[in-house]
Amino acid sequence: MKDVIAAIQDAAASGTRLAVRGHASKHALGGPHGGETLLVSASGITDYQPSELVITARAGTPLAEVEDLLATRGQALAFEPPRLAPAPHSGTVGGMVAAGLAGPARVAAGSLRDHLLGVRMVNGRGEALRFGGTVIKNVAGYDVARLLAGSWGAIGVITEASLRVVPLAPAEATLRFALPQDAALAQLADWASQPLPLNASAWWQGTLAVRLRGARAAVAAALAQLARHGGEPIAFEAAQGFWQGLRDQHDEFFTHARLEDAAGHARLWRLALPPATPALALPGDMLVEWHGAQRWLLTSAPPEAVHAAVRAAQGHARLWWGHTPPAPTALQQAVQAAFDPHGVFHTQRLT
Amino acid sequence: MTVPDQAAVVRALQRVLPPDGVLWRTDTTAPYTCDGLTAFRQRPLAVALPETDEQVGAVLRVCHALGVPVVARGAGTGLSGGAMPHARGVTLALARLNRILAVDRASRSATVQCGVRNLAISEAAAPLGLFYAPDPSSQIACTIGGNVAENAGGVHCLKYGLTLHNVRQLRGWTAAGERAEFGARALDAPGLDLLPLVVGSEGMLAVVTEVTVALAPRPQVARCILASFARLEHAAEAVASLIGAGIIPAGLEMMDGPMTAVAEAYVHAGYDLDAAAVLLCESDGTPEEVEEEITRMSEVLHRCGCTRVVASDSEAQRLRFWSGRKNAFPASGRLSPDYLCMDATIPRRHLAQMLLTIAQLAERRGLRCLNVFHAGDGNLHPLILFNAADADELQRAQALGDDILQTALALGGTITGEHGVGVEKLGAMCLQFSDAERAQMAALKAAFDPDGLLNPGKVLPTLARCAEFGRQLVRGGELPHPELERF
Repeated sequence: MKDVIAAIQDAAASGTRLAVRGHASKHALGGPHGGETLLVSASGITDYQPSELVITARAGTPLAEVEDLLATRGQALAFEPPRLAPAPHSGTVGGMVAAGLAGPARVAAGSLRDHLLGVRMVNGRGEALRFGGTVIKNVAGYDVARLLAGSWGAIGVITEASLRVVPLAPAEATLRFALPQDAALAQLADWASQPLPLNASAWWQGTLAVRLRGARAAVAAALAQLARHGGEPIAFEAAQGFWQGLRDQHDEFFTHARLEDAAGHARLWRLALPPATPALALPGDMLVEWHGAQRWLLTSAPPEAVHAAVRAAQGHARLWWGHTPPAPTALQQAVQAAFDPHGVFHTQRLT
Repeated sequence: MTVPDQAAVVRALQRVLPPDGVLWRTDTTAPYTCDGLTAFRQRPLAVALPETDEQVGAVLRVCHALGVPVVARGAGTGLSGGAMPHARGVTLALARLNRILAVDRASRSATVQCGVRNLAISEAAAPLGLFYAPDPSSQIACTIGGNVAENAGGVHCLKYGLTLHNVRQLRGWTAAGERAEFGARALDAPGLDLLPLVVGSEGMLAVVTEVTVALAPRPQVARCILASFARLEHAAEAVASLIGAGIIPAGLEMMDGPMTAVAEAYVHAGYDLDAAAVLLCESDGTPEEVEEEITRMSEVLHRCGCTRVVASDSEAQRLRFWSGRKNAFPASGRLSPDYLCMDATIPRRHLAQMLLTIAQLAERRGLRCLNVFHAGDGNLHPLILFNAADADELQRAQALGDDILQTALALGGTITGEHGVGVEKLGAMCLQFSDAERAQMAALKAAFDPDGLLNPGKVLPTLARCAEFGRQLVRGGELPHPELERF
């Protein structure tokens, strides 16, 4: 903590910009890297009481360490943060919060922001601050802690975070259906409006996969209901591998996309859309997640065409690798300046 | 800038509002002098009653040009004085913006104007099999705009989350009357996410006129367990054990023995009068899910030494179990002419210690204290009974309230779990946050509202103020909005 404060104060005094870094597992995401690297390495789980459903860890703690400990007590991070590099360097707690990303369960379980309860941070003035806490209900002052979720190091350095955790569901099952995209989207919209334990979905190349998680009886009843729609159960281990590959972006789709992107044949886009948006008329290979709210498009279509189609659907699109962030709004800029008047963290990594 | 007189402000507002849209005479502004925290009262300079979104923007531009403070207000059910008027300010009453703009099953969302009542959203969504989950106790009266301003909770937030977790997009105006938008119809938006700052900002950062909320499938069944315990510690242990067993109840509430006795005398819910504490544990979902969860919860409760367990087997019985809990505050009003209602959250594992400490502190001050909690999320509402006619007793009650908030902080908790800071807890903000942390919040406020015109004097204490502590004073046993259920 003292090192971080000193580094920020030095940077502010000398007009240097700092790029905050943990494991650099998400190096390929976000805007261009500028400035000197400020490594956040102070590590350790400082508090974990399973009955509180909260874990507190220093920002440099490996995410793998947190998830391993939670698993021993039958708990997990509900939002399934992607691990974009192999363990043990698969990301830190600070990097996870700063990136604010979530995996397949996000559509049912909420985002990282939703599960963030408190942070300790150092702002651009070198002041150590604490916002939020370890309790779920807390309305004292502005909810500054949650502003750090997805802030990409633009308003300060996270030094510790408290996150809500959830018990592992007693039962889980995955089914697959042969459906074209539009039919899959309509089917998901219908199921998601029913009291079914729907936890995740993915559609790719004519196959829809749906994961159920919840009470044993609820999953059994839902399995029977969805089987009547032509659902075919997938063996547990195979399903685990599938969802993990999707979460960590090393499944068939992402592996292929990485090669195509690197070779310059096509670019991978992330599309964020209102969940009920019908299939978009864009060329390329489309992977649909989050019941339609997150879609991945590998395409050689011109960027303007992608942006136009997504904007027309009230969504937004970004290149997943090699992204140039849009200009912040005046209000976003003013908020950044409120934390960082000297521009220590102006590295344009913010997506 | 010189302070404009009332007549000038009224004339400027009349130019942008309908003929009956400006109130300024003392008889017509009287209903707006306080919110649910009636101990704090202030007459506003004027009340503006816009009917459209555009009129809200126009009012803000008028006030910005004149340098007049603006206090946004929904139904006025808040419990911390967040909507208390400003002496030189305009109260922006938003109840007329009450249109439900869209309810959509496919995207499981509803877009409504800020003055729509919380319960009205669920009523509009009911034909689609959906509902809006956050259910603050005042839900038949409170507005979604007020819920957003306070980040309102309810008894079901352990499972379904607070307002923040159920809001996708906010539209409205900045202090200067410029369009502002936070969040998206998608599940995220580019850049720094300002939505969590605006939610719970008590009307100090922006004025929200349109809210897109997420809707959830309506549970088919709900059942409630009523469990009695011979010792408080056992009840507290049961709360930790339920959560530790991997169960997230839809509701998990606790009342101590004295509170149970008072509630039972008021509503005859069938509570166990020999119990040192009772727990209400609710499960909702599909019939299969609920059956399984009720069985698991009953097992845990038995293991924790409960003396009696009854699971509701009809909706009427479930509502009867809840009736005492929901009437805890008015029931207390029959017992004592005055009481202070505290609102703090602590980590669940300290529930037993907190209860014992409160009992000791109350004894030291020579006062009685009843306890009701949202046990599942550690949110406490100790009720301190006293007689305000006795100056010494009033002072001791206030001191006990301070003791309780400080104990909550010492145990790693917070000074307000759901009622907000408003004017009530300005003093306690000094206890929870350092000078640098409060300065950071003030800098954020200035980023949104450089002239400090939106709801000035709330949430953020001045340094001079940092010697006081907050409290809610209920006088003569009279509650604001006595018709509403209280949690």
